[in-house]
This record gives sequence, C-alpha cells and structure tokens, in this order.
Amino acid sequence: MSNMRFPPWAIWAMLAGLAGFAAMIAASVRHNRGVRRSLFAYPYGLWMVVFTIIPLLLIGYYAFTNKAGQFTLDNFKTFWDSNYEMNKQLIELGMDPQTLGSARGTVNVDTLVYSLWMAFLCTAICLFVGYPAALFMADREFKLGSTLVILFIIPMWMNFLLRTIAWMSLLEDNGLINTILSAIGLPRMQLMYNSQAVLLGMVYNYLPFMVFPIYNALAKQDGKLSEAAMDLGASPMLTFWRVTMPLSLPGVISGITMVFMPSVTTFFIPRVLGGGNTEMFGDLIERTFLSADNWNVGSALSLIMMILILMSLTLLRKVDPEGEGGSTI
Amino acid sequence: MKKLLSLVLIALIAFSLLPASAQGVVRVFNWEDYIDPEVISLFEEETGIKVDYMRFTLNEDMMVQVRNSPGYFDLVFPSDYAIERMISEELLQPIDFEKVPNSAQTLDWLQNPDYDPEHKYSIPYMWGTVGILYDANRVKEPIDSWGVLFEDTYKGEVFMLDSPRDALGVALKYLGYSVNSKNPAEIKAAADLLIKQKQDGIVKAYQVDETKDKMVAGEGILAVMWSGDAQYAIDESPEGIDLTYVVPKEGSNVWVDGMVIPASAPNPENALAFIDFLSRPEIAKMNCEYIRYSSPNKGAIELMGEEYTSNTNLNPSQETIDNCEFFHDNADVKVLYDTFWGMVKNAK
Amino acid sequence: MTRIFKRGYLALILLFLYVPIIVLIIQSFNAGVSRARWAGFSLKWYVDLFKSPAIMNALYITVTIALLSAVIATIIGTAAAIGIHAMQKRPQAFMMTLTNIPMTMPDIVTGISLMLLFIFTQVKRGYITMLAAHITFNIPYVILSVMPKLKQMNKFSYEAALDLGATPGYALRKVILPFVMPGVITGALLSFTLSLDDFTISYFTTSPLVQNLSTLIYSEARKGIKPTMNALSALMFVALLILLLAVNRRVSKTQEV
Repeated sequence: MSNMRFPPWAIWAMLAGLAGFAAMIAASVRHNRGVRRSLFAYPYGLWMVVFTIIPLLLIGYYAFTNKAGQFTLDNFKTFWDSNYEMNKQLIELGMDPQTLGSARGTVNVDTLVYSLWMAFLCTAICLFVGYPAALFMADREFKLGSTLVILFIIPMWMNFLLRTIAWMSLLEDNGLINTILSAIGLPRMQLMYNSQAVLLGMVYNYLPFMVFPIYNALAKQDGKLSEAAMDLGASPMLTFWRVTMPLSLPGVISGITMVFMPSVTTFFIPRVLGGGNTEMFGDLIERTFLSADNWNVGSALSLIMMILILMSLTLLRKVDPEGEGGSTI
Repeated sequence: MKKLLSLVLIALIAFSLLPASAQGVVRVFNWEDYIDPEVISLFEEETGIKVDYMRFTLNEDMMVQVRNSPGYFDLVFPSDYAIERMISEELLQPIDFEKVPNSAQTLDWLQNPDYDPEHKYSIPYMWGTVGILYDANRVKEPIDSWGVLFEDTYKGEVFMLDSPRDALGVALKYLGYSVNSKNPAEIKAAADLLIKQKQDGIVKAYQVDETKDKMVAGEGILAVMWSGDAQYAIDESPEGIDLTYVVPKEGSNVWVDGMVIPASAPNPENALAFIDFLSRPEIAKMNCEYIRYSSPNKGAIELMGEEYTSNTNLNPSQETIDNCEFFHDNADVKVLYDTFWGMVKNAK
Repeated sequence: MTRIFKRGYLALILLFLYVPIIVLIIQSFNAGVSRARWAGFSLKWYVDLFKSPAIMNALYITVTIALLSAVIATIIGTAAAIGIHAMQKRPQAFMMTLTNIPMTMPDIVTGISLMLLFIFTQVKRGYITMLAAHITFNIPYVILSVMPKLKQMNKFSYEAALDLGATPGYALRKVILPFVMPGVITGALLSFTLSLDDFTISYFTTSPLVQNLSTLIYSEARKGIKPTMNALSALMFVALLILLLAVNRRVSKTQEV
C-alpha cells in the first residue's frame, strides 16, 4: 500500500476547486439578482464532491495503478486471472509458471459468479415467500395488517450482526435445533458451515426489505379497482393477475433492488454461518484489502462490482421507468 | 429546541474529543482481551500515568493504524513477524534497556529472537505455539502428528485456522518444509494438500477466534489452535469433553507477541515505565494467570511454580520449542501465499 | 378456509423472523457461558453490560453519531431538496443522478472509498471521520424523503407569497418548510435508524479507539461471543420496539397529509 503524501499540486487543485465553487455561487447570485433557492443545493453538491466523487475517483486511481503508482491494467487482469500477479512474479524469479501448473486462476471470477448466483437465489426466495405475505397483510379485510407490518420491520432495523449470530445458536451441531431433534430421537444434522446456511442467513436478513415495498405498493392501491373488476365478472384469481399484481410491480421492483444489491455484496454471513468455507465477493474484497494488503486489486474488484450493480439497476429501471417504485420511504 | 439540542450535543462531543494532556499519559495498542484490567489500575495508581488502552484483532489492521497515525501510539504489541516488518519500515524506536531493568527477566531463549536481530526494538510479552486441540473422548488414539488432519478418520470434524500463514504453515510443516518457505513449489504442495483436505470434506470450518468456544461446546473433534486459546478451551470445557493440546512431532510455529515503541511515540518514557512494570515478576504472574498464555518472564514462572511448570501446553519442553519455528516477514512472497490461499478458499 | 391458510402463513413467517431473537433474549438470562447448557436464570450479564466501559462507550458513540449525523444530514438534505426542486430540468436531473450514486454503491465500496479518502488526505480516522461518513450516506435518504413532498406542494404557493410581499426567507420558513415537514421528519428518523445499525461503513472509517456498537460486536464476534452481547441485543430489541411503535404512532398521525 502506498502511503501517499499530499502532493503540492493536489493542494493547488483543491484551492482552485474551492475558488471555482465560490465563483459559481457569485455568478449565480449576480445572474439572478439575489439568492435563488437553487443555491441551497450547493452545500450538498460540495459535500457530495468531497465525500462521494473524490473517494470514487480514488478507487479508480488505485484500480488503474500498481503499487509504484504507474498506470496499469494488471489489476483487472488479476480479476480475470487470479494467478496473474503471482505468475508475473514467478517469471521474474526465473521460474516457469507452467511447471507449477498454475494456469489461469479463476478464484475472483468464480467468487463473483457464486455471489451473483446466491444473490439471485436469495432474491427469488424472498420474492416468492414475501409476496404472499405482503398480499395477505395488505388485504383490506385483515385488521391486523398494519401492525404486522411493524412487526416485520423491527428485525430489519435490529443489528445485522446480532441477527446473523443469533442463527448460530440455532443451527450449530449442538445448537437448539439439533438438541430438539436428538431429544425426539431424530439424528442430528449439519445445518451450518455450508451454502444453505448462508442462504438462510441472507434470506433472513433481507426478507423484510422485500416485503415492505410490496406491501406499500399493494396498500396504496385503490381497492375499488379490484372491486370493479370483480363486479364486471372477473374471478378473484383473474383480478389478481390482471389488476392487483401489475399495479404492485413498482413495489416488486423496489423490493428486488433492495434485496439483490446487498445480497451480492454480503460479507459477514458467509464467515459466520458458512464457516468460512466459501467466500462471497464481499469477503473477497475485504480480504484483498486487509489481509492481502492489496489495495490495487481490491479497488479493481470494487469497481467491477459497482459496474455490475449499476448495470442490473439500469435493467430494472427499464421495467419501471417512472421510478415510482422508489417510494419505499 | 432542536437547534439548542444539537448545539449541546456538539459541545459535548467537542469536549469529549479534547486530547488528554501529554503529561502523564501512555497510549497503548494491544490485542483484544490481552491484559488483566487489574494490572492497568495498579499501574495507574502507582505511577499516576493514565493508560489510554486501545485494542485490535489483526496484525494487519494494527499495522495500517500505526503506519497512518504517526505521533499517536506510545506502546504497541505486535506479533513477531509484524515486528520484523515494522523494523524494516523504520516504524520503531530502539528500547532503552537501561530504563527497563526487568527486561533481564526474559527467558534466555527469547533474549535474542531472530525477528528482532539486534534485539533493540522489542521485549517479549506473551508467547505460545500452534498445535492441535482435540477431544480425547472422541479420538480413536492419541494424536501426535499433523497427518491426522489430512486423513479421512475425522471427516467433517476438523477446524482449521482461517489465516493464510497459519494454515499453509501447518501444511508446510507436515510436508517437512519450513513455515517460512519461499519456494513456490513447496508452497504449492502445501496449498494442494489443503485443497484436497477441503474437497475431501475433512474440514468443518475455517475460523480464527470462534474455534475455542466451539470446541468447548463440543462442535468438533480436532482444531488447529494457538496454545493460549487451547488453554482457555481446556479450562472452560465441561464434563464429558476432555480437551487435550499437543504440538505435533513434525514441528510447528512458535510465536511471540512483543512490546514495541513506535518511532514517533509522544510519551516514550511512560511507555518504558509501563513495559518495565509489566515485566515485574508479580505483575507478569498476575497477567499470565488472567490471559492464560505462556509467559516469557523467568520470575513469574518461578512464582507460579508447579501449577505452571507442569502444564505442558503453556510450558512445553525445550525440545518441543526447538522443533518449532518463528514466522518471518514474507513480504517478497506474500503474493504467492495470498494467491494460493485464495485457491484454497475457493476450492469446492 | 383460505383465511386460516393466510393467517397461518403469516404466523409462520413471523415465527421465522423472531425465533432467533427470542433465543437470544432467553440466552441473555442464562447464568452459564456455554450456549448449549442452561445453567439457571441470572441477570448478571445485564449487570456486566452496564459495568463494561467498552460497551457503554460504544453505546455513547453510536447514539451521538446517530443523532448528530441525522441532524446535520437533515439540514443539508432538506436545503438540497429545496434547492434541487427549484432548479431547471437539466441541472435537476443531474443532481438527482448524483443523489442516486451513493445509494447504488454497496456499503463495502462506500466504506473502502472513504477509507482511501481519509488515508490519502492523511486525516486521522476516528469520530469525525465516522461522523462524516454517516452524514454522507444519510443525506440521499433525506433528499428522497423530502422531494415527494416538494412535488406535492402547490407550485405557486411560494411565488404567491413573494408576490404578496414576503421576503424569500419568510416564504421559505412559513410556506415551504411547514409543508415538507413530514418528509423532513421521516428523513431524519430514517437517517437516525440507518446510522444506528450501520456496520460496514463504520468499520472502514473509524479507528480502534472509537468503536460504535456494530464494530464492537464485530470484534467481539471474532473472539467468541460473550453472553453480555445477548443482554445487549435483548435491550436493543426492546428499545427498538418502543422506538418503532412511537414512530408508527407519529407516522399515522401525519399520514393524512
């Protein structure tokens, strides 16, 4: 990791930036002959530049340079071929990588694919389990509906780490479930230290994020629409498919968004519930940054992940162009 | 109302952020749960120096902190190879042994460790070995070799350490190589062994600190552990679980956590005073009995007597110690280790 | 028949959601350390909890950061929303895209990028940096809470007030702000709760000296969970329950707007 000194040109650049910012405000004031409301957004803009844009640029910087600060695409090559850096070093040492049998290493790609798959499974499960739940709760005849929603939300805001750790007590070989099983004479099962446990942990953590937006979308619907459909002779089933469900789509999109993205980048659950047996992309990035102390490759991996997420979000937006699903808040 | 509240809060925060006066403070950076709180109180009482105690859980995290906070920490407790690394990065200042008379208490074989060649920068704090902790009730015969971890006998009941150097180190030792091997072929052989172990389903999980609680709860039969953690597990294990620790015959890693003073420490005098205090036999004994790791302090060992010397985990024979190696800084081959470790983690 | 099925389904899911929490709470009263054995009822972990300086300190930090970041983010965010709303179409779209960027960034990338920023600018990580990070991820949520309200507002109210002789400041305070207040409050509350629970971003933007509850739990989890953690989670759960019920009462009151 290069411990960068703050070079003088950077200080001048910052001062210039601030001066330019002040000039922009002054020009706007002069042009509008007074303070316009839009000026209120400028402090926010400045904050964003400092705390979001510049950090992203830094990630970009590290992603495209090596430890010595020279421009390189090696980090991305390492994503594709996880043995790339090692093989380079071996060649420098005068060894032939082939003798070690280290052809292209697929560690990083495999982990990404695995994470995407797990995220997909998690989102799908959350959708299939969560939609009916939201539907039943939004049922106008169901008086307890809104109270139940609160009950659904509470775990969502409880500490994510503690919720995951709580599952350990249940799933361990000597945990609660196995203790009960052996008490009634059934054999103990290995419920933890595998992908299924990780998936369970993920669904557990993200289910409320799926249920809440769908519930919102369903609850906002005008009940008269489905009433009208049924008055016109449609069966409840048909009403659901042709009226209720399509109208709830923005909520579904919102739910998928709010579940898929954190699922891909999960980085604690695999360690605790999966026993460190499989890594997801979040673990990989963390390990690359901290344990392997390789900020360049870590940044490249982060960029790749962000681009993937942006791509999937854009795809989702195509289904919901108005962005109305965003009204989960 | 909101404005007043936030002003008050801001004032509170600002107040709490005021740095403690440079006089009479020592900023200590140590591992999580690695000191008897009594010891800190006694030191503060006796010297009037306030101890600002901070904790870390990984050498790598600690080094990032120290590198990026010059002029902040006074006393740090890195592990052996981390000390070596920090020396090479010129992050440490030499210890004035004149001011630490109790440093003479250090065990002879730790007086000149190879991670601190000129023995200028560090004084040992705690040490230990890496070995196998197993449940004597559930193993078929006594364990004495790393090989048992790679055989089918205890399939699915083995805990390995989730750390590249420790896991690869075990494999390297079993294959007869050094834990500091820089030979790619050797490292690859070790990695292949670990991959096969994983694919054969022998490993239950890769964990670091969680293992000791799991062994106490009877979650596994064998675990690769540090001697101190093993001692904790043995002490805490209930009836029905008979935990035993052994350093396998192929040899293992011996590790030391030492006390060092960063080059830019603001209160080196206080740090030296604290080091000397910790090295007093009575204090070292107190600490050792709390932490339950091996003590490098001759006087403390004498004071603890039979109970300590007869404990083969904490007090292994010289022969066992000689059969073990220190970790050395492996900066030039770190990429190899990390890449192979990635292969192990990715193996299905 | 279908009614029973529906209720049963919901009950099952709620069970799934709450069983681990209930187990945690029960465990917090377990006198013994081991998870597997019940060693009798005891309140000692609760007592230990309050005696533990590390936990109390972390609690203090967590709450103060949540409060401060919520307040500051709300101020900046509300101002921003008002400003953006008053912009022309093009700049407005640009600013909204900018607002969306942090929300599409996974926590780990936000955390690491901010860590890089602080290391690059050689700002020592600690309370201030963690606070800055929390403000950063909170502001977009405030903006997204206030904007819908601004859009709902009658476009001409503000101008009408100006025409009637009000100064822009007065119009702002007396016309715009009261109308968007529910959105502002929602944004503030959302920021507060997001900040309370945050782990990943805090992990990368703080120092070992300044731990919030989440990072403390994380480092404790590495070592082996002490039962004091169970007591802590039980208390947090109860506190959250009360908080959310209070919020619900508040939200349903302002729902008519």
